[in-house]
Amino acid sequence: MSGNFIAAVTRERTRDVADGGLSAGQASDRPAFGHSMRIRRTVSNVVTHVFLTIMAIIWIIPIVWVVMESFNQNTAPFTTTFFPTKYTLDNYVQLFTQTDVMNFASMFLRTLVIAIVVCVIQLFLVLSVAYCMSRLRFTLRRAFMNAGLTLGIFPGIMAVIALYYICKALGLTTSSWGTVIALIFVYSAGAGAGFYVLKGYMDTIPKSLDEAAMLDGCSRLGIFWRITIPITKPMIVYQALVGFLTPWLDFVAAKTIVTTQNNYTVSLGLWQMLQKEYIAQWFARFAAGAVCVSIPIAILFILMLRFYQESMSGAVKG
Amino acid sequence: MQSLSPGVVESGFPAATTQHLASAGKITLWAAFRHGDVFTWASAVVLGLGNIVRGQIVKGLMYLAVEVVFLIMLVQHGVSTLAGLGNLGPVTEPTQDWTPDGRFINVNPTNSIVVLLYGVAWIFLIGGFIVWWAAAVRSAYQAQVLTKITGRTPSFRDDLRALRDERIQTTLMTLPTLGILIFTVLPLTFMICLAFTSSDRNHIPAFNWVGLDNFASVFSRTGNVAVGVNLGLFLRVLAWTLVWAILATFLNFFLGMFMSMIILRKGTRLKNMWRAFFSLSMAVPQFVSLLVINQMLQDQGIVNQTLKAWGLIDTSLPFFTNAWWARATVVIVNLWIGIPYTIMQITGVLQNVPSELYESADIDGATGWQIYRNITLPFIFFVMTPYLITTFINNINNFNVIYLLSNGAPNPVGQSAGQTDLLITWLYQLTVNKNNYNLGAVIGILSFIVMAIVALIVYRSSGSYKDEEEFR
Repeated sequence: MSGNFIAAVTRERTRDVADGGLSAGQASDRPAFGHSMRIRRTVSNVVTHVFLTIMAIIWIIPIVWVVMESFNQNTAPFTTTFFPTKYTLDNYVQLFTQTDVMNFASMFLRTLVIAIVVCVIQLFLVLSVAYCMSRLRFTLRRAFMNAGLTLGIFPGIMAVIALYYICKALGLTTSSWGTVIALIFVYSAGAGAGFYVLKGYMDTIPKSLDEAAMLDGCSRLGIFWRITIPITKPMIVYQALVGFLTPWLDFVAAKTIVTTQNNYTVSLGLWQMLQKEYIAQWFARFAAGAVCVSIPIAILFILMLRFYQESMSGAVKG
Repeated sequence: MQSLSPGVVESGFPAATTQHLASAGKITLWAAFRHGDVFTWASAVVLGLGNIVRGQIVKGLMYLAVEVVFLIMLVQHGVSTLAGLGNLGPVTEPTQDWTPDGRFINVNPTNSIVVLLYGVAWIFLIGGFIVWWAAAVRSAYQAQVLTKITGRTPSFRDDLRALRDERIQTTLMTLPTLGILIFTVLPLTFMICLAFTSSDRNHIPAFNWVGLDNFASVFSRTGNVAVGVNLGLFLRVLAWTLVWAILATFLNFFLGMFMSMIILRKGTRLKNMWRAFFSLSMAVPQFVSLLVINQMLQDQGIVNQTLKAWGLIDTSLPFFTNAWWARATVVIVNLWIGIPYTIMQITGVLQNVPSELYESADIDGATGWQIYRNITLPFIFFVMTPYLITTFINNINNFNVIYLLSNGAPNPVGQSAGQTDLLITWLYQLTVNKNNYNLGAVIGILSFIVMAIVALIVYRSSGSYKDEEEFR
């Protein structure tokens, strides 16, 4: 299923590459090939395809394996056969219905809520900063950009550990909603520092557009709202997806902030299922959970890539 | 776009007035004290007074209100909190005492973490107030200058309009900056402070300042025996972190390039299918694939089981139990994760190689290898250098791969870091798992220094930083 998506994504590109990038190959395509040359070419083609097949198997195997395991009737890990011998759908059913030990459905819902809010806040912050950095020149601009770079190389975990104490001092780590709010802050509040990609994109919008709008009496907020944002749309979608995916893909921040199992997010829950106390009963359900999380994420991720590539060709075409 | 650079002029006024203002010199704090009148000076004590006197009542009251609230909070909480910073809390040992009404009670030691946290927060609050104060004084002086030149000051409505137009950066940047200050800078400051305290698992909840002792124990041969941190261990982890980052970055790059070249070469059929296969692993969340592979490579895991079943091995391969095996395993699994990204990037880059280059090389009769060496490779390097640098820094900080895959294993007895631990996972183990916050913070600072050295050199010399305006 995902394969089709990716094929769709890559089709466009490959056509270009085949035209332009591959003239390198055409260089060796001149006539005056002897018989031995053709044999050599055939041999190298065979070797290439065998090599690619082996590599593709290596890349696919773990994914196929976990999908198969998710249907395994034997719930324990460390089976002796590579693929399950008996298949069942129980793991998926139990994952969402047996909520007494680990409530995967509520973890899923919690992560979804966090993701939506984080997406909105992050988008707002990043857009604001990127616009100011790209279109305006003001006193502290360079200082802000340098600070953004410096903060980027601090080990993020250090800040997260301290944030745990801040959240604890604010009483956010005990209640369920408290952890949700704490995580939302952790994921989104510092987002302004990640303005570089969007700024680079906005830099490609010609300044003459802004100037023309200003001559027509448009305020800078108006320019931001009516010109910059519409032109930046593909990149905004990309940025929104990045924000939405953050809580699903993050492990370490959630691990540090959330201390009780009732408040786990999806990534923590899946991790927990593999810990010593759980793995014997939960391994197959872990696989089922991994599949459930991966499918929507994969779709969004592929969408994100597409928007990213679309926007890489520049803001204003022609 | 000259009008976009108003400098420090703080005005929401029609353009003509802005020009008046420019002729009067810049509105700086220094100018306010040199040329300010009585009201401007008084505004340094009673914020907003100058504005109120000159008709900007709402603005002046806002300046004043914040000052009043700040001072009340300072007296009620701030002073005692800041005083507590001296020894991180009045009570350092659990003691017993008589209450005023004659009861004998246990006195718990102060929670120094909270004292330190509030102390740091108060320092930030004071810093914020100083910024506010400077803005108020400048604003009062500006009101004075404008009254002198034009006879009136911008109304509140003018100010609001300016916030949507020539001062829009104030409107848009305030929230993001606050977010970064509160949720990134403040926590980092707090952690840096911890590096200079005795905040380890033996000093919970009360600890005190110890100066550079923690740095000394990381840099001494014997080190801190109780925790298991010393110079030898630090150097070992640092060396592995750098080796890991170099291997992870460059192996990914070269092997990824090799793979994408193979897919792109002329004789290869089904290019899209191959790329789709390799992209599949990108779409699976990284922590999921890491946990899955971790399971597959366990001693009793499916890989070992299968190899045994096929009769290829008798004893399990020590993927995570032998130091060198574990190191090789994390590097190779990282290739599994990283190569698809490189393939994607390089395929994209190859699209943009100017085709004239290939055409002229073709006319000159260059061989495929010559074209690759002299055109394709230099172009890839030219475009990918910033990407490589970012990847390198991300790899130094690559928590997920190590923590979820090997979790630092194998772990020698008596050492706080395992054989595959990076600085970042070591920091995490020290703090979150073992409560030795001080040493964890020291490691964090040191790893920042390592990365800052790498990053500063590179970012500074990268084209996008220098020639920001190049494509305008």
